[in-house]
Amino acid sequence: MDAIFIQILNGLDKGAAYALIALGLTLVFGTLGIVNFAHGALFMLGAFCAVTFQKLVTISDRVRDEGVTAFVAYKETPYLEIWFGDTGATIIDYSVPLSILFAIPIMLLIGFVMERGLIKHFYKRSHAEQILVTFGLAIVIQELIKAYFGANPIPQPAPEILAGSANVGSWFGLGNNLVYPWWRLIYLTFSGVTIFSVFAFLKFTTYGMVVRAGMRDRETVGLLGIDIERRFTIVFAIAAMVAGVAGVMYTPILPPDYHMGMDFLVLSFVVVVVGGMGSLGGAVCAGFLLGIVQSFASMNEVKEIFPGIDQIILYLVAVIVLLVLPRGLMGRTGVMDD
Amino acid sequence: MNDIKKPGVSRRGLLKAGAITGLVASTPSFFIKDAWAADFRNNPKNTGELKLGFNVPQSGPYADEGADELRAYKLAVQHLNGEGDGGMLNTFKPSMLTGKGVLGKKVTFATGDTQTKSDAARASAKRMIEKDGVLMVTGGSSSGVAVAVQSLCQEQGIIFMAGLTHSNDTTGKDKRRYGFRHFFNAYMSGAALAPVLNKEYGSDRRAYHLTADYTWGWTQEESIKNSTEALGWETVQTVKTPVGAGDFSQYITPVLNSGADVLILNHYGKDMINSLTQAVQFGLRDKQVNGKNFEIVVPLFSRLMAQGAGDAIKGILGTTNWNWSLQDDGSQAFVKSFGAEYGAPPSMAAQTCYAQTLLYANACEMAGTFYPPEVIKQLEGFNFDGMGNGPTFYRAEDHQCFKDVLVVRGNENPSSQFDLLKVVDVTPRAQVEYDWNIFGGSLGPYIVE
Amino acid sequence: MTDMKKPVLNDMLLLFIFSAVILLMPFWLEPFGAAYPDLLQKFAIYGIFAIGFNILLGLTGYLSFGHAAFLGVGSYAAVWSFKLLTMNVLPAVLFGVLFAGALAAIIGFLSLRRSGIYFSILTLAFAQMSYNLAYSVLTPITNGETGLQLDRSDPRILDRMFSEGEPAAGLPSTDLFGVTMSGYPGFYFCAVILIVCFFISIRIFRSPFGLMLKGIKSNQNRMQYTGLNTRPYMQTAFIISGMFAGLAGSLLAVTDPLAGAERMQWTASGEVVLMTILGGVGTLIGPILGAALIKYFENIFSSFNDTVLEQAFSFLPESVLDVVVPLMGLFVGSGWQLTLGLLFMVVVIFLPGGLVEGFNRIFKFIRSGKKRKGLVEPTQDQASE
Repeated sequence: MDAIFIQILNGLDKGAAYALIALGLTLVFGTLGIVNFAHGALFMLGAFCAVTFQKLVTISDRVRDEGVTAFVAYKETPYLEIWFGDTGATIIDYSVPLSILFAIPIMLLIGFVMERGLIKHFYKRSHAEQILVTFGLAIVIQELIKAYFGANPIPQPAPEILAGSANVGSWFGLGNNLVYPWWRLIYLTFSGVTIFSVFAFLKFTTYGMVVRAGMRDRETVGLLGIDIERRFTIVFAIAAMVAGVAGVMYTPILPPDYHMGMDFLVLSFVVVVVGGMGSLGGAVCAGFLLGIVQSFASMNEVKEIFPGIDQIILYLVAVIVLLVLPRGLMGRTGVMDD
Repeated sequence: MNDIKKPGVSRRGLLKAGAITGLVASTPSFFIKDAWAADFRNNPKNTGELKLGFNVPQSGPYADEGADELRAYKLAVQHLNGEGDGGMLNTFKPSMLTGKGVLGKKVTFATGDTQTKSDAARASAKRMIEKDGVLMVTGGSSSGVAVAVQSLCQEQGIIFMAGLTHSNDTTGKDKRRYGFRHFFNAYMSGAALAPVLNKEYGSDRRAYHLTADYTWGWTQEESIKNSTEALGWETVQTVKTPVGAGDFSQYITPVLNSGADVLILNHYGKDMINSLTQAVQFGLRDKQVNGKNFEIVVPLFSRLMAQGAGDAIKGILGTTNWNWSLQDDGSQAFVKSFGAEYGAPPSMAAQTCYAQTLLYANACEMAGTFYPPEVIKQLEGFNFDGMGNGPTFYRAEDHQCFKDVLVVRGNENPSSQFDLLKVVDVTPRAQVEYDWNIFGGSLGPYIVE
Repeated sequence: MTDMKKPVLNDMLLLFIFSAVILLMPFWLEPFGAAYPDLLQKFAIYGIFAIGFNILLGLTGYLSFGHAAFLGVGSYAAVWSFKLLTMNVLPAVLFGVLFAGALAAIIGFLSLRRSGIYFSILTLAFAQMSYNLAYSVLTPITNGETGLQLDRSDPRILDRMFSEGEPAAGLPSTDLFGVTMSGYPGFYFCAVILIVCFFISIRIFRSPFGLMLKGIKSNQNRMQYTGLNTRPYMQTAFIISGMFAGLAGSLLAVTDPLAGAERMQWTASGEVVLMTILGGVGTLIGPILGAALIKYFENIFSSFNDTVLEQAFSFLPESVLDVVVPLMGLFVGSGWQLTLGLLFMVVVIFLPGGLVEGFNRIFKFIRSGKKRKGLVEPTQDQASE
């Protein structure tokens, strides 16, 4: 019972991550019709916003370690700690959540520049060409990050107070054996809030209404004298920002490295397509579905019956869904059918 | 080197003919020098240059490790050519290295990117062999690549000095006559780790394994399982995890209620950094099970990985091939010249690559020729010292090096950004030796085609 | 980019020139540092892979993201043929093609029920499942991460039947009736197969079958309204394309008898997509160009280290050298992928239609430049607004 409960929690947690990463992709897919292979790179850039922020707040006074003679080794003390004492230490401790504030403007800017500079020229080009150019861009971004930050993952600890686990079992009266890391619970909440905000934005604002109308019929909206191009730029920037903050928040779980975008690229495409093209709700459902199924498939009891099932379960579910439902869970007709 | 580029003239045919005449001329005279002087692949002849191939990961997850290997190789080339301060050339004994090149030839090199993929690594090695005319290939940062390149080198008649490879298979089931490994292996990790585990955590423990689902992971799981069970530990469960899983939460949560009190992570690289970070996040190390503190063990880790895992590695036990803090003359000499050149200490991958290059060069000097079968014979059964880890022995039967193994712990209170590992114990060589027969496999012939 | 323009050259002449260029590669590639057997073999083999992929993408517009599965299966089948039957390459190639064809029949049957991005993800999912299984639980068949290799103790039934006495001390090498298939003979074997494949591809493009596929590509619904069942045509194209990939996979094993699981990973599938688009989708020669260019970057650009750069720029004064070498080092050696990424972007931004489009423009420019100057390019370029 405990095992089942905790795997559901795992699944929700995973699903939230998948949904959040896929959210920006499906926005760009569904509204702009762009197959964005650089989406993973945006996720990675977000994570490196956190790294950069951490590097900034931990600029350190360096004292040479005299015990080492062969090369210069330093014991580092961040200036923030020297100048502000405990307050400085707290800022460093909270560098990951604080770096969201840093990441939001940067990711919006990156998204804006990317759309104006490159993506807008590709709205009318074939999907194949979109793939080539965005894939090329992803490689370039990733190599630049590697050239500067190296290839090794860079640890980004969560704040001290959130480092341990919460006793989830006692909340539900299930005993003391059910614990779950605080940070993962926060991630779960965070992605819920983010997903809801994006929904609300599209659903309840005039702005969002225009965008949704543009998704359905771009020409007519254009004929109404609405500058749909500009709105699309902003949609792209928002997508980049969502991918970015997803990256920031994921760093305590997965120390970021330059390749993490590519690692998530295929997965996010699978989530989006299983959800159905052009459907935000579908992508979210698909994220949770795949997360939960994957968690259960990884249980030892299941693996004993089907060895290696956890290796393929994501793809197996994707195949079954797509064969049973022609347009994924909630896909609309006519979007990316050809 | 040139005629191989021209179609029609087949070097292989020539080699074959040469080898057959060699064989026909019958064996007794065969082992005398000059009997083979005829020809062999990429014979430098009168060029005055000896070219080595450094095949390291420059892209992909191990790119930093590869970059460090490359630094070590460049340093080794400098030292062999008499530039710089000579590094381990001054401490390595018995050595015939003079610092005037190898057999009077200046050492040069070609580099390539393995991408940590068997195919790419072989393509890169082939380029070095076919185009650049290298006489020896070395490097790499994973066992799959090492085994793949090693078997290629056997076919091509080129010596392969493996870089970082830890699987038992490299010098076990998949060993080759032309392949040599200085690095230690999973069996030795297990043998070295067991006594320390016994001392620190006692003999009544229940272990849970998470294992990367590929050949290296399996051999390590098996080795660690055998040596801990010999202590009296019980293995509760062994679970395979997909390579590159990223999020390991669904594998970590079952550990909590399994009744195990030790988690053993048979992961390397990014997998290890992620699984360890997450396991600590789940509060495993704060737990009490069966009245004991819950412990995590990572049988193989390196300083670069410790850096990636950050605080999570503190206090974790594992083994490593070498660490820059060792105080013997060889290690000190190497750290000194590496630090002077690059401003940072070498990683364990760098040390093994540096040592391999010197060992190869020295074997050529000892053989008095570059002819691979003779060089191989010099390396087989070679006893040496002064390269770190104490007196070392290159076993002839499986081309595995035997030396002391370091048991390390993630440093709780580092004195600098490089001071991440603390050596807990140096397990003497005798304790990690094993019968070469246990892993099967065969080396194959000295002469190919 | 969709329609084939009137062939500039007569097909037979094209084939002749193509053959001459391919067979003479060992000579004219010498100045580029690419004239060594392994890379030449890779050019030919990935050329075949890309040609096959282009039959699917170029003719039907269906973008498969799982073609690497067929490449991998071709390799595994070929190596098993070497292990079990004989070192002769013909059975290996045959089995490689057949197994890949069979797998393509199954995957195609399921995936072709969907179109567009749904089709792409289905093929991707099948290939990733193959890769993940090959890497882990199927290790008894695939030898997992290490890759499937030959072994001295392999049965090799046919070889043992015809040869007496002790097997050689080393591993046997692949051969074609006594000619060893590594080095240059291996290249010429692959080159001849590439030429044959190129010929087949021309024939398919010009055949009624090819025209039918193009018809489906431009409007599948309309084709269906005429009472035509399009599925068998698509299925056939998919299988042919898969068999080309299997052929390429088996040739990889022929020239180097090892089959690794990474060959089936999505990055490998992505690579052939990039090759084809880079060269020019739907053109005859484009995919081969794209394949050669990517392989060239991977093997040659990655080998330029600082020492090589210093030698290349040694004519520069010391102070300039200290700036130039690290700067160039960003783009070659360990930074070769950066250059590749930039190349993708440049090509697709400035040359919609790929490299072939670029050559066409140069060709037209030279011809039109003689007659009328300042003629507007007939192809439209949305990128340069």
